[in-house]
Amino acid sequence: MRLSLQVATVATVFIVVIGLTAAYLLAQKEFRGKEVLDIALTLPLVLPPTVTGYYLIILFGRNGLIGRFIYEWTGWTIMFTWYAAALASFVVALPLMVKTARAAIESVDKNLINASYTLGHSEFVTALKVILPLAKRGIMAGAVLSFARALGEFGATLMLAGNIPGRTDTMPIAIYSLAGSGEWTKANSMVVLLTLMSALFLYFANRYSKRII
Amino acid sequence: MTGLSVKLKKKLNGFNLDAEWEIGDEIAVLFGYSGAGKSLTLQMIAGLMTADEGSIRIDSSTIFDSLSGVNVPAQRRHLGYVFQDLALFPHMTVSENIDYGANGTAKGERPGKIKQMVDIFHLEGLEHKYPSEISGGQKQRVALARALIRKPPLLLLDEPFSALDNPLRLEMRGLLKDIRTTFDIPVVLVTHDILEAYTMADTIIVYVNGRVAQTGSPSKVFNNPVNEEVQALVDTRRYGVIAP
Repeated sequence: MRLSLQVATVATVFIVVIGLTAAYLLAQKEFRGKEVLDIALTLPLVLPPTVTGYYLIILFGRNGLIGRFIYEWTGWTIMFTWYAAALASFVVALPLMVKTARAAIESVDKNLINASYTLGHSEFVTALKVILPLAKRGIMAGAVLSFARALGEFGATLMLAGNIPGRTDTMPIAIYSLAGSGEWTKANSMVVLLTLMSALFLYFANRYSKRII
Repeated sequence: MTGLSVKLKKKLNGFNLDAEWEIGDEIAVLFGYSGAGKSLTLQMIAGLMTADEGSIRIDSSTIFDSLSGVNVPAQRRHLGYVFQDLALFPHMTVSENIDYGANGTAKGERPGKIKQMVDIFHLEGLEHKYPSEISGGQKQRVALARALIRKPPLLLLDEPFSALDNPLRLEMRGLLKDIRTTFDIPVVLVTHDILEAYTMADTIIVYVNGRVAQTGSPSKVFNNPVNEEVQALVDTRRYGVIAP
């Protein structure tokens, strides 16, 4: 459970920073490849997690496109570490943040943004003082949803991080192992805990997205 | 030269704007039916929209010129702009809204300036209220205070009184005349309200289908419309008011 929270928290921190930047660009800017970026960021939402995991192995595996260089320079590979679990959770949960935050940013009244410009404020200040505060609820909801999704991530994590007791066996993976070896009592309590936690997060996500200023 | 000179051409979704006019230190009213290009003109002066061709000069400085490639971004035009829906920031208090307009003012001077605007616009006691907690007329005054705190060289108003009921509109017109005296800057007011145009304007600029059909003092435009389109637009009998 501690591992699960650690993995989901790290993944969510990156999701907030990168997802919010991506959501802002997609909502406010016109640029070439915008649709491609949108699709690439959304794909993990619809692909089977095993496929997403497969892509991550191709990219970050010891012989992967990026992983190869990391291994050559440092002798270290992300495979089968808890970082891999965090990376898998990050990629799979990112679309929830991007989609929710983008919608929230797009719903900010264009006149308010223009008003900020006519009052002499730069785009950065406008984003910080006008757009983000007004899209706050949607962004919070996106972050909570992403955290809940990261907490429940299984397929891509198993592909990339494996199932190493004490190192990469996050709750969903532990449940899989417990069920496989017939340890129902332990599995039951974990299933109930994960369900309750996820329900709680969904409750918060709903509360945030409803109370829009 | 003090004042504003505008020369703009813009094609937008099948609509053609081709307008040219000049005003001095006065209240100019852009008057015409909805969709005649008045608001579009205002947005281009503010830099929120870019013209295809033309130029915009305030006093002796050029803020837009398609020939020489000058296009000062909205953020650096430093103009006062009041939006039709006022665009007050709902997450900021009255005082924070006004303060947000004081960009570039030294931190130490801000409280004094805000206090000054609160006094001028009779907003005492509302400083810590949010826009959703104050009346329509009060919102108007906050929007004006926010637009004017930096003492801009020009004030642009896009039908800011259209949502108000009649007594309040009268009050706001009075306030606008006071603003002209206090701040001594040219004001461009967009309206399709004939009474507002007649009572407020030093100069009326009549827009018909994206072109300036006539320019002049209210009495000149109302008494001697240049063509049938302007005649129809200023025909006060249609509005049930006494002809000026």
